[in-house]
Amino acid sequence: MISQSVEEEYQGMLDAYEKAGGDKRALKSKDIAKLVIHKNRVLSDDGVKGLKIETRETKSGVDVHLLVEEGAKIPRPVHLCFGILPKEGLQEIILKVNAEDNSEVSVIAHCIFPNAVKVIHKMDADIEIGNNAKFDYKETHYHGEFGGIEVIPKAKIRVGKGGVWQSTFTLSQGLVGRLDYDFEVFCEEKAVAELVVKAYGKGSDDIKVLEKIHLKGTGARGLAKSRIVLSDKAKAEVKGETYGNAPLARGHVDCIELVNGTEVVARAIPIVSVTNEKAKVTHEAAIGSIDRKQVETLMARGLDEGEAVDVIVRGILR
Amino acid sequence: MLVVQNLRLRLNGKSIIDDLSLHVDKGEIHGILGENGTGKTTIAYLIMGVSNYKPTAGRIIFEGRDIAELSVSQRAKMGISLAWQEPARIEGLTVRDYLRLSGNNQGIEQVKRCLRMVGLEPAQYLDRDIDTTLSGGERKRIELASVLAMRPKLAILDEPDSGIDIVSLPLIFNGIAEMNRQGSSVLLITHSEKMAEIAHRVSILCAGKIIRTGAPLETNQWFKDNCRTCLHINEPTEVT
Repeated sequence: MISQSVEEEYQGMLDAYEKAGGDKRALKSKDIAKLVIHKNRVLSDDGVKGLKIETRETKSGVDVHLLVEEGAKIPRPVHLCFGILPKEGLQEIILKVNAEDNSEVSVIAHCIFPNAVKVIHKMDADIEIGNNAKFDYKETHYHGEFGGIEVIPKAKIRVGKGGVWQSTFTLSQGLVGRLDYDFEVFCEEKAVAELVVKAYGKGSDDIKVLEKIHLKGTGARGLAKSRIVLSDKAKAEVKGETYGNAPLARGHVDCIELVNGTEVVARAIPIVSVTNEKAKVTHEAAIGSIDRKQVETLMARGLDEGEAVDVIVRGILR
Repeated sequence: MLVVQNLRLRLNGKSIIDDLSLHVDKGEIHGILGENGTGKTTIAYLIMGVSNYKPTAGRIIFEGRDIAELSVSQRAKMGISLAWQEPARIEGLTVRDYLRLSGNNQGIEQVKRCLRMVGLEPAQYLDRDIDTTLSGGERKRIELASVLAMRPKLAILDEPDSGIDIVSLPLIFNGIAEMNRQGSSVLLITHSEKMAEIAHRVSILCAGKIIRTGAPLETNQWFKDNCRTCLHINEPTEVT
């Protein structure tokens, strides 16, 4: 009975994963590292040479340790799939990542909550990127149309000398519900950090984003970028903070919030700070309605106004 | 095909377009030649129906129908399109997708052909966004390519040569000629007599008024003799 239940859960996750834009074949391939978690149950965890995945199921979620061994260049992206298929549930992922020196890996994560009415998904990540290691992390969420979900991803990331951390968090399908995103990165000498958040708030969605980058080492570089679109009664507050604390550190905060409706509330709070005379940090933040000239440019090619707005929104969230 | 009758536009109490009449025939390239500030772009916006550009008086008739109350989309669906003087940048929209949607989802080979016609190598441009990473000249050429892809009945080209380097200018001429060969009539708005040479007829604009229409050679020469050295631009009564 239990194995049948696991099989059903796994199949359900695969189907939802595919609907969310995931490549189902990747989750079945033996050559690809993968991790599939439904609620607090690990349905699949396969490493590959140079990459180990250890898991421990807990009462409310799963503790995950992902290790990329020194010098390992993982040829194909690692696929992660987290989700809750029923209407209600809690999932707490405690994620520990060690990307050892000179390693390289790309991770594609899909977080799937298609039926959520009362669901909480938390991720607490502690991530170490070694010297000259490169870690690319793309997380895409697929939510249903009920909006009854809280998503709380938090991460502390340390990037060693010459290391690279790039992450993109995208939540543009279905209702967001409540999002409380909080990523903080510490960059050593010549390290690079790029944090990108893209979200589309509709209904009464509530979006909070905090991107914080500390440029600690000489020549460290950071980009905190966010693209938020709001319609109906959605609200968003985006904080992008970058601290240039070392010579030749270069940072930039780039926030755009598009408001499409009279009842949305959008706030952007960029904070740039420099404590070294040779560091430089810049910012740009723009909040406003969708540019009329952009809309009419597309209308002049025969698109209806609604279609033109869709093209612009899809572009900014791409 | 296009008949503009006694068109007027007043903004903030100031006359911008003053009793302007012109017509563009099927298959014609009609040049509108004028100095800066004489109302050239305003004519383009009025014909295309851009926001905040509603005629104060007069009629705009396209294929026998008064289009003054129609939206930009409705006019485009009737076959009118506009290549903007300073085209908008749209983050996340690739050249490939912009040209495809311009051409009603036409095939990729047609998209590539349009890019080559304006001197852009498809392999280098198809996957680029039409955003601020493009130079002004590149964006202008992509705008022209998108109109080529659309194949409108009437293409309004607002200063298609501005911001284009001199080496690439022949490509813009070729693009406009090709557009015309494809069957589009063209309303070519320019301040350059050289660009106006490609037209079948040229009208000179001053103070929102057509002050002269004729064959390109003589009209361009008249413009050169009278407008280039004019010390009272937008005061046409003194020169006519």
